[in-house]
Amino acid sequence: MENKAKQDAAMLAKLDEAADNQRKKHKSYKCQILICNSTSCRSSEGKEVIEALGECVKSHELTEIVEIIPTGCMGLCAKGPLVRVELAGKNPVIYKHVNPMLARLILAQHVMMALKHKGDFQLPDFLKEHTLPIDMPFFAKQTKIALDNVGIINPDSIEDYLSRGGYESFRKVLTMTPSEVIDEIKKSGLRGRGGGGFPTGLKWDFANKSEGDEKFIICNGDEGDPGAYMDSGLLEGDPHAVLEGMMIGAYAQKATTGWFYIRAEYPLAVERLTKAIKHARKYRLLGKDILGSGFDFNCEVRLGAGAFVCGEETALIASIEGKRGTPRPRPPYPTESGLWGKPSSINNVETFANIPKIIRMGADKYYAIGSDKSKGTKVFALTGRVENGGLVEVPMGMSIKEIVSDIGGGVADGKQLKAVQTGGPSGGVIPTYLHDLPVCYDKLKEVGSIMGSGGMIVMDNDDSMVEIAKFYLGFTVEESCGKCSPCRIGGTQMLRILERISEGKGKKEDIDKLKRLSFAMQKASLCGLGQTSPNPVLSTLKFFEEEYMEKMTEEANDEEVK
Amino acid sequence: MLGQEKKSGCCYDSQNLEKTPSKKKVFSKTELAIKKWKKKRGSLIMALHEIQDLKGFLPWEDAVEVAEGMNVPLARVYEVLTFYNYFKLEAPGDIIISVCYGTACYLKGGKDVLDEFSEKLGIADGESTEDKMFHLQTVRCVGCCGLAPVVVINGKTYGKVRPSDVRGMIEEWQEKHAAKNSVDGASDGE
Repeated sequence: MENKAKQDAAMLAKLDEAADNQRKKHKSYKCQILICNSTSCRSSEGKEVIEALGECVKSHELTEIVEIIPTGCMGLCAKGPLVRVELAGKNPVIYKHVNPMLARLILAQHVMMALKHKGDFQLPDFLKEHTLPIDMPFFAKQTKIALDNVGIINPDSIEDYLSRGGYESFRKVLTMTPSEVIDEIKKSGLRGRGGGGFPTGLKWDFANKSEGDEKFIICNGDEGDPGAYMDSGLLEGDPHAVLEGMMIGAYAQKATTGWFYIRAEYPLAVERLTKAIKHARKYRLLGKDILGSGFDFNCEVRLGAGAFVCGEETALIASIEGKRGTPRPRPPYPTESGLWGKPSSINNVETFANIPKIIRMGADKYYAIGSDKSKGTKVFALTGRVENGGLVEVPMGMSIKEIVSDIGGGVADGKQLKAVQTGGPSGGVIPTYLHDLPVCYDKLKEVGSIMGSGGMIVMDNDDSMVEIAKFYLGFTVEESCGKCSPCRIGGTQMLRILERISEGKGKKEDIDKLKRLSFAMQKASLCGLGQTSPNPVLSTLKFFEEEYMEKMTEEANDEEVK
Repeated sequence: MLGQEKKSGCCYDSQNLEKTPSKKKVFSKTELAIKKWKKKRGSLIMALHEIQDLKGFLPWEDAVEVAEGMNVPLARVYEVLTFYNYFKLEAPGDIIISVCYGTACYLKGGKDVLDEFSEKLGIADGESTEDKMFHLQTVRCVGCCGLAPVVVINGKTYGKVRPSDVRGMIEEWQEKHAAKNSVDGASDGE
């Protein structure tokens, strides 16, 4: 017994020591250069920038003075690759569109000069023009909770995560009872970030109360919304936060195994998550009798294979089981009978990333952020015709206008804003005159869109709403699993009508037909994909019916001529 | 059984796999993938992924082997292969051009880029050229929406692509392909 107590204490001490050492290590450098190493920035020479800086630091014998940290997404993807220079006692400087050449200049003309001249150093103008103001609204107006570490730590280093308080929430949770943990999450008001918005604490409570020799907790990382990459940003930038969130959830509902279901199109996210799991095992944070608490838990990674419908929880379960990803009717809900018939709770990547922070800051403090019924923050992938496109995190209840105009810097190329689309293929468009609307689950629903997983696409006056509706419907028709007929047949018929309208061959009664088919699909489809797939059509019809009618009139005019 | 193993010594002999765990036996890549995943739960799709990663597509024989090796009905393997977009049942061209068709890329002209590739190469989305050099496909969001429209060619990402860039991109890869072939040819000669 005594021996075990000693071993347990040693394990905990090892974690504290690793965190301490990493903090000391960071402090020992006079300068830190952070480089975005996410998929997006890597694709535009970010990888080469990291290599160039590494070589440069070596050749100038600065390896003990300058630390290079490859990080996750810094947010402003449209201006990437981003590089952030932090010198002791100075304000950080962020560079945009860095290439290997500029990187070398930054090291020679900024870092080395500043180290040499200390107080009197002024950034030369030719470098200044490549920087972004640190107080620009894009950075200043965000509230980072889920993305707290993303863009700051090296996602491949568990020590980095530990040094920023990582796994402390999990350790705290181990001293609580499962129901205490669930109460805390309930109190925080956290709702599922995958789009449904189901209260997370309640889901965990159901799973905790289900009986079973085995129980599962599943992370839904099958980010199917085309044009959104919140989950990949989190998994690439801070995989340990997602893992810790899952571990806390597993403890709260006494789950024995965790499953990460990740899109196969995100190889970098899969690689970093797999590494994170390996490192966590090394520190005995996974396995049997974790940190001497008597709690056993392990997790595995499974890949999707390019099916949007697998984001639906029962289809996701079928996919892990090695079947076609088709949904099944609920109840029974997965928390009663899920993966292989065992109780399973399915949570989104971003939901998990919030958990460790809620435990750390306390449920009350988290509850204070956000709007009436939507608590905390939400990560959005702000894309399309916007100046500062990227990954942003804002408190719930911020208006669309603030997100697009202030954080996003407005529409690119001086064009006029027409609408914002949220919720991807299951959501709808919101025209400019409604942009004072606070972004939260219920308000977005009221105007015919949904929160969704976090895609936010900005459209300008040149974008045709009929084409957008056709694009989304084409997507859902292709992704429909075909199991239930309202979705399979209804979607195809709607798409045919839309194609007809788009070619200028629409008839007046087509609008009615679209509405009737939409109604049938919403009411009779088996799963969320079918029920929501008419949304893009309905909302563009609601706000931009004249664009549909314009296409019709062309046809009518033609007929008159004939 | 033993005699048979000696005689055949064939790495594709899947029946021997379960019965003779001889260390000397050389396993094929497919067999290794099956061996790795068969004992784990929820692993059919993972095994198929691994084989496709190695071979570029999933040959029919391998699907049969997976069914036998993992004790899954062949019909199940087939339905999985045909249901999920990610799996290819035929060998694609050497150079795989993936045009991103996520919303951001579509909005910023992804379709024009796709049409341009399609016209220049004379193939439609999902097809390969007759000489099996190029394969054209669309993908749903590669997570680089800030760089829209995006094209990925054999792992290399191109951002902010305009239709006028397409010709240069095709030529770049034709050259790479020719250079690679000549190197391969030279080493074959030696």
